[in-house]
Amino acid sequence: MSDGKKVTRRTLLMKIGIAINAIVGVAITVPVIGYLFSPVKRKGAYNKWISLGSLSQFPEGQTRLAEFVNPFKRPQDGETAKTPCWVRRVGGNTFQVFAINCAHLGCPVRWFPQSELFMCPCHGGVYYANGDRASGPPERGLFQYDYKVVGGELHINAGQMPTLANEAMAQKEKLVCLG
Amino acid sequence: MSRLKEVYNWFERRLQLEGPIKEAALHPVPRNTASWWYVFGSAAMTLLMLQIATGILLAIIYVPSGGEAWKTLDQLNHQLYLGWFLRAMHGWGSNFMVAVVLIHMAQVFMFGAYKFPRELTWILGVFLLLMTLGMAFTGQVLRFDQDAYWGLGIGASIVSRVPLIGGPLVHLLLGGPIIAGATLSRFFALHVFVIPGLMLLFAGLHVWMVLKLGINEWPMPGRVVRRETYIQEYNEMAHKDGVPFVPDALWKDLFFSAGILVAVAVCALLFGPYGPGGQPDPTIIQTAPKPDFFFLWLFAVLSYLPPEMETPFVLIAPAIGILVLLALPFVAGVGEKSWHRRPVAVLVLITVAVSWGIFTHLGVHTPWSPVMDAWSGDPLPQKLVHSETALERQGAVVFQAKQCRNCHSVGGLGGQRGPALDDVATRLTEDQLIRQVLQGGGNMPAYGKNLSPPEVNALVRFLETLKPANRPAAVDASQEAQAQLGK
Repeated sequence: MSDGKKVTRRTLLMKIGIAINAIVGVAITVPVIGYLFSPVKRKGAYNKWISLGSLSQFPEGQTRLAEFVNPFKRPQDGETAKTPCWVRRVGGNTFQVFAINCAHLGCPVRWFPQSELFMCPCHGGVYYANGDRASGPPERGLFQYDYKVVGGELHINAGQMPTLANEAMAQKEKLVCLG
Repeated sequence: MSRLKEVYNWFERRLQLEGPIKEAALHPVPRNTASWWYVFGSAAMTLLMLQIATGILLAIIYVPSGGEAWKTLDQLNHQLYLGWFLRAMHGWGSNFMVAVVLIHMAQVFMFGAYKFPRELTWILGVFLLLMTLGMAFTGQVLRFDQDAYWGLGIGASIVSRVPLIGGPLVHLLLGGPIIAGATLSRFFALHVFVIPGLMLLFAGLHVWMVLKLGINEWPMPGRVVRRETYIQEYNEMAHKDGVPFVPDALWKDLFFSAGILVAVAVCALLFGPYGPGGQPDPTIIQTAPKPDFFFLWLFAVLSYLPPEMETPFVLIAPAIGILVLLALPFVAGVGEKSWHRRPVAVLVLITVAVSWGIFTHLGVHTPWSPVMDAWSGDPLPQKLVHSETALERQGAVVFQAKQCRNCHSVGGLGGQRGPALDDVATRLTEDQLIRQVLQGGGNMPAYGKNLSPPEVNALVRFLETLKPANRPAAVDASQEAQAQLGK
């Protein structure tokens, strides 16, 4: 035991060597944590106003499938850069733009104009024409995007997959917070 | 021969592996552990090797790019010599590996192998199971098709439910704001580097401990594990009534591993590779995503949970499950190993197995999912359209056109989300039918806004004809009583 405790020049140098490696290691790896976390961005940082095309594509009183290319598209994305959404033209310049993703687990909901319902093929979530929850496991209605009409075109504020942590619509969230 | 011996000696003088290998191979094991029940661990290891070999062969061709992954899988399936077979071996190898690892776990649980001094062997095993499941999930993502795309959507939706940090976690999982090329790249890194690397390390330590601590003896009722005496008792057993691991026990491992490899190859030949399904184009929404076999039970559970239970259950239940498995050797580290004296353990295993089987069966048949094309694809059976009036027949048209069939089966065809309606008229009166159609309830959407009064009228008239001829229609008990009183 007493031998182990004795500090010789060699054991001291070894300890300094370990310390130098630890310092260098920390100095190199800590910034890399930033690299790993680079996909994480503030709320709304991924969002942009995107055109869904001319208003004439969306007849009044009907719900149509539209698609847009994600504003943060990368070359290796292929088809996955595209995102579909449901556009309901209530009348005039009043719209509802619903995310394709079911509020339950994100599966693609389908619109049935005959019964005026959205149905989800995964676990049977059903929504009414205005996006309200009708039945099934979803705990809320369909996610909606903010929209505006600019020069005869419908624009939506989109860019990330809507989930319960990112409910697509900025205004609605504010209202919920106030309430 | 002497030349060979010389070469061998040249290597052995430098490597000096003969000693440790001989020691490991010839170490005595209790006689009754040279049993067919003890072959699953080595079979799991064989399958891990198979997955690594086939995985490397696939990686020669596969391109982990959102735009090209699907095309390279298609190429493997259709253009490259034996490409389809390697994909099939890797896919079926994965299925067999999950199954064998689960059976191995059930067996060591039944045999009390997690007790002193093998607690850490069990804990590493729990992590190996989790990593095996992680490989199955990430592998399913690399098969970058529609199911993979929407499966990731399900994963992101589950992760988004984590309180406070759900949003950032989704970004980390997807490598960006949406499911796209960056998502595939990070799952590729997980599937090919991170998880396999950890698995090899953990599996190596797992086997090392089996060699050092000795294989778990065959449990006998009354032979109780005590921390003070167990090691001595075990060593006596292994040395007095033991057999050398090689060849007495190993031959069974070898036979079983070969059998498993043959089984994987036969399945690969007969059933072929898994997918890829449709191209991962999110704008093609005519799809009904489903996870691979070993996650179907979870898919079923997610459908049956009430909405308010879902987030707590999805986030807390897996954590509790894993903690229970990790805590097991510390809670029950000593005592009886025999299943004859461990009724709770037997019941737990049976309950888990039966629940898993039931949920998997439900996951295969998805009775909760609407059949999205039943309304246009499944005709009404002619014998059910026995209505005499035009109004009733018009009701049948409404029934078909308004997608009722997507959730309600008639004549065995259609969705099973709602009850089958073949005999609905024996269960609901006219008033009840109208109320149900207009207001919904009991998991049915309200059709009040979507049907005109004449449509409702026709529909209900048609529904009232849906009963077997020999059974009476439903009657309202109170109205019946009033009618009796009136008489």
